Amino acid sequence: MVEAQIPSPPAPQKNSAVLSYLGFLRRATGVATDGEWYFYVWMIVLSGIALVGANAWAQQVRDGMIVTNMSDHVSWGLYIANFTFCVGLAAGGVMMVIPAYLYDDEEMHQVVIIGEAVAIAAILMSTLSVVVDLGRPDRFWHLIPGIGKFNWPLSMLTWDIIVLNGYLLINLHIVGYLLYMRYLGRKPNPKWYIPFVFLSIFWAISIHTITAFLYCGLGGRPFWNTALLAPRFLASAFVSGPAFIILSMRVMRLLTDFHFSPKPANTLIRIIRVSMCVNLLMLFSEVFTLFYTGGSHASSAQYLFFGSHGANGLVPWMWASIVLNIVGAILFFTPAALRRENTRIVACLFCIVGIWIEKGMGLIIPGFIPSTLHEVVEYSPSLIEWKVTAGIWAFGLLILTLILKLIASVFSYDLSRKISMKQNVVPEETPATTSMPVETT
Amino acid sequence: MSDSNASLPIIDNPGVNRRRFLKTAGATLGLAAWAAAMKPLLDLTPEVNADEFLQKHYRELTPEQKAVVFKRLEEEAKAEYDVDVTISDPPPMENVLFGYALNLSVCIGCRKCAEACHIENNHDRASNNSYICVFEMEKGGIDFEKGNATYDHPVPAPGKYYMPVQCQQCENAPCVTACPIEATWKEKDGIVVVDYNWCIGCRYCEAACPYHARRFNWEKPEIPAEEVNPDQSYLSNRIRPQGVMEKCTFCLHRTREGRLPACLEACPTGARVFGNLLDPDSEIRWVIENKRTFVLKEELGTKPRFFYYFDE
Repeated sequence: MVEAQIPSPPAPQKNSAVLSYLGFLRRATGVATDGEWYFYVWMIVLSGIALVGANAWAQQVRDGMIVTNMSDHVSWGLYIANFTFCVGLAAGGVMMVIPAYLYDDEEMHQVVIIGEAVAIAAILMSTLSVVVDLGRPDRFWHLIPGIGKFNWPLSMLTWDIIVLNGYLLINLHIVGYLLYMRYLGRKPNPKWYIPFVFLSIFWAISIHTITAFLYCGLGGRPFWNTALLAPRFLASAFVSGPAFIILSMRVMRLLTDFHFSPKPANTLIRIIRVSMCVNLLMLFSEVFTLFYTGGSHASSAQYLFFGSHGANGLVPWMWASIVLNIVGAILFFTPAALRRENTRIVACLFCIVGIWIEKGMGLIIPGFIPSTLHEVVEYSPSLIEWKVTAGIWAFGLLILTLILKLIASVFSYDLSRKISMKQNVVPEETPATTSMPVETT
Repeated sequence: MSDSNASLPIIDNPGVNRRRFLKTAGATLGLAAWAAAMKPLLDLTPEVNADEFLQKHYRELTPEQKAVVFKRLEEEAKAEYDVDVTISDPPPMENVLFGYALNLSVCIGCRKCAEACHIENNHDRASNNSYICVFEMEKGGIDFEKGNATYDHPVPAPGKYYMPVQCQQCENAPCVTACPIEATWKEKDGIVVVDYNWCIGCRYCEAACPYHARRFNWEKPEIPAEEVNPDQSYLSNRIRPQGVMEKCTFCLHRTREGRLPACLEACPTGARVFGNLLDPDSEIRWVIENKRTFVLKEELGTKPRFFYYFDE
């Protein structure tokens, strides 16, 4: 099959295809870890934060989860909050695939791969967020289907494990394939990635829907037990994902040779405009239902927005989130957002932070406050929890940086098989980053 | 750095050489830092060992394998808590379905049941853990929003009544559905149990339970040797490992041998009634048939086997 699709070079043997791909991976590693001084500073800072997080996690495994501020009343905290946001980010990362393929927008194709890269990093972050939340990470193998005991299809958590891992594999395949083809200087064969792109669109929706089902399927938690939860998740993912991609594109435009046309970012901003309105509308609808009905169903929302029984730990968080979301939305609607100015960067940051709170602490914690028997026990993350979470973000950004760097090199032809074969083809600007030919002896 | 002279790159190109050296040094340093960051893992308690790691799910263990596991757990209790314990494994009895009823007119909120649970089930001493929460409720309704589980005054207080809540041993247990790895399940006699050596501690069951009946071992339980209850069973009151879920089992190590739950024996007012729901002559059946009993959160469809009633 594979050989039949390859167009020009006279049928390379299987062995050489494998070797060539391994060679690509080896050179890709070299390119991705090579850069200017600010690249090394950035990577060292991220590694340092990741190490602090790893150390905090190791302490937590040793001493028990007592080092977190979670309790039997608030049994999930910052970790699961961050998990929920990262799943949204991963789903949203692929959302830009939709205009590219469903509406045949040619210019979007180039940046689809950025979305996939964000998705890969975000999925890794969400997986790590769950792993650090386990009381017994040493028993992870109980979760492996076939070896452990997989309570599928009953437990929504097993569904989530399947869709998250599947999503990671699909995106790794798409990114790997597109980059490799570009590296070889060949046109990607649509048969080998278009079906996966469509699968990943469907799959992106599924990961966030199923993550919402984790919560909204629990009858004992009225705050989560609403059919609007999954649509709300999707709407906010359509904001946080594209916003994160816009930020990534800005960084790449400033620091790499990879140049984007302005159109894709503007398409993304139009997506964000609509999604943010839908998101805020659904939030308003939810708040109306809760408060107008009142009674015990509103008690979590009461705690979240106004505090109850003298406890009001989440009130500043939630109002900060609402202000950030609304101001971010307004900024996105200004004409300046469509120009390449800092307005859109500020808008992106506002919306990302706003949604991180809304889909994180603002969603998970009130599910537990008041408890199922209406006890009010508050929660705020411990230093260890902050360290671990920061470590996870540092790790995610580290992976994202490496992938984006690789994408920039391949797409600006700094990293290409042709250059290594024909010595006379030298990139015009002779970038200092890639002196890879020296290794092909 | 030029790309044109590729023949002897390392000698020709000191920039590459230095960069490579720095990269290697950086990677080595990184690995060392990684090892240092993970060092706390080396101090893990001895209960994390190869046998424990490879142990199969309780329901897949043969009787011989069970014997080995129980022996190991007894040795661990000796090593870590310095007590001689026996770990039994009483099976569910035929034609038995356990049910519990509680007379709210009689309960005075003394929390003797919670204390008995604390001792019987080898709970962590520092956290004063118990599977039973007693709520002080306002007369005139069953509204937990007006309830208070942390009251600290002589009981019974005027205008109040008391409502102990523990695991309801639901027929449709949301915790069992939630568990991703079948570490918790419903036994034939209706008791929902946890394999403490299989649970990964994700706490999804704790989020799913509508009755706040589940507890997590946030740290290793501390119990002085002389206070440990040595009469233990694998699925109920043995000392739990760190990082796993636990819950009320209606004291199955007692009740499956024909004895009564510790909380019932401790109750000074006789508010508690325990028995076999399948036995038409049992006291619990009499209560259900002759009192106007109710269950908590009936609308959730969990079908609890824990019934409350008032004496008029």
